[in-house]
Amino acid sequence: MKTPVIELENVSFSYPGGKTVLDRVDFQLRNGEKVGLIGPNGSGKSTLLYLLMGLQKPAEGVLRLFGRPVRTEAEFQQTRRRVGLLFQNADDQLFSPTVIEDVAFGPLNLGMAPTQARQKAKEALEKLDLSGFQDRITYLLSGGEKKLVALATILVMEPEVLLLDEPTTGLDEATCQRIIDILNDMPISTITVSHEYDFLARTTRQIFSMQEGQIRFNGSSADLHSHYHIHPAGTVPHAHPNSHSHLPTRSAESDPD
Amino acid sequence: MITEEFAIGASPVHRIDPRLRVGAAVLFSCTAAVCGRFEPLFVCLMTAVALTVMARLDPRLVVRRLLLVNGLILFLWAVLPLTTEGSAVMTIGPAAVTDEGLLLSARITLKSNAILLALIALVATQPIGTLGHALNRMKMSDKLVHLLLITYRYIFVLEQEYSRLARAARVRSFTPKTRIHTYRTYAYLIGMLFVRAAARAERVHQAMVCRGFSGRFYSLSEFSFTKTDGAWAAGIGAVLLAVGWLEWMPK
Repeated sequence: MKTPVIELENVSFSYPGGKTVLDRVDFQLRNGEKVGLIGPNGSGKSTLLYLLMGLQKPAEGVLRLFGRPVRTEAEFQQTRRRVGLLFQNADDQLFSPTVIEDVAFGPLNLGMAPTQARQKAKEALEKLDLSGFQDRITYLLSGGEKKLVALATILVMEPEVLLLDEPTTGLDEATCQRIIDILNDMPISTITVSHEYDFLARTTRQIFSMQEGQIRFNGSSADLHSHYHIHPAGTVPHAHPNSHSHLPTRSAESDPD
Repeated sequence: MITEEFAIGASPVHRIDPRLRVGAAVLFSCTAAVCGRFEPLFVCLMTAVALTVMARLDPRLVVRRLLLVNGLILFLWAVLPLTTEGSAVMTIGPAAVTDEGLLLSARITLKSNAILLALIALVATQPIGTLGHALNRMKMSDKLVHLLLITYRYIFVLEQEYSRLARAARVRSFTPKTRIHTYRTYAYLIGMLFVRAAARAERVHQAMVCRGFSGRFYSLSEFSFTKTDGAWAAGIGAVLLAVGWLEWMPK
């Protein structure tokens, strides 16, 4: 049994004066696991990620990261460098004038010297095929480019866990595919929040759903996904190996069941 | 929005260490501001013009910026000669144009143009990001540098958000007129802009915290003070000393 990197025990959270978004939730993410979280708008998916980063504090319950309970800001400061959160809106994440400065921001915060941080940032951009982007102005990038650069700002810190908040919302198919390929190539434990079932099926192995403050296991994405598109793709010749690579284009299966 | 027309260039002025440029601009402006005699002010103006020429900036853009300030100075010429006390040079009806008033206006004109040109040549010739880092290296308060850099970054986002809101109003047949509905709509628009800006500030801060930000701002750029920079520093220093001597030497 692999050790859990993230563990929620009996965690509850509600916004001041609002409804309860998490109601005594138990959840575990083990080392190397890729998990998808699906749920309607406002079901608390993003809140869960914010709790894991210490941006929101649970009303009750215990949160364990890398085997240790975390509660205080100082404890979260230690765990944050090991967990990378990709925000839903890339404009919130990219705040430096140029791409290279933004990517180097994290390494500089970790105490690296400027030359070392610049080198590290360059490598991270190269890995995502963004080599020519260093001196580009962040606010002039397209939506897809912003997302990829935002991903680079996270990956440059070499996180052990990735938290992705709606990583493909509003992106075109080509950029989506690029992000899917990048994510599938990385052996990092990941929680992906999305309401696009198709995207989760292509990047995660297990899918959980969030509803009424609870997290429930839905099943392995391979099963769920074959069930999901069997009718829409029924007339298109395709095979069902154990991978998800046979998926036809999104338009062919926009209609679940 | 902000267009950094002068920021990119390959002139000798663009190659000066940004810290030296900022420091020289500050010293130059202070010196020009306290000078009262005309000889040093002329030297200041000539120096500023020389720097602008050396920076090889588009003269039309420079003139356009100068016109903006000199339009304001025109009002001073209209008011100051009439309102400053002193010996009358000529009288227009009940009002008298004074000698002192004319000299004061002339001084203000010289000073403003000299300072503006020096700032264009020395400070506007670097991208805002570089300026922020230069200030940071010059031990300027971290908070002020953040404020500068982040304002610069998000002013574009705010502008986009404003045009999005304005577009949303326009597609629903909103046409500005002088009536309460228009004023209310604009008030809502601006209010919404502030609310969104505050929410965004919160999210940006959260994103920064997630990447290990703890209030301290580290700069990626490393500046190097070369021999050429030393020569520039000596040159500018000599000019400033000369200006000081012209101003304070006994007549």
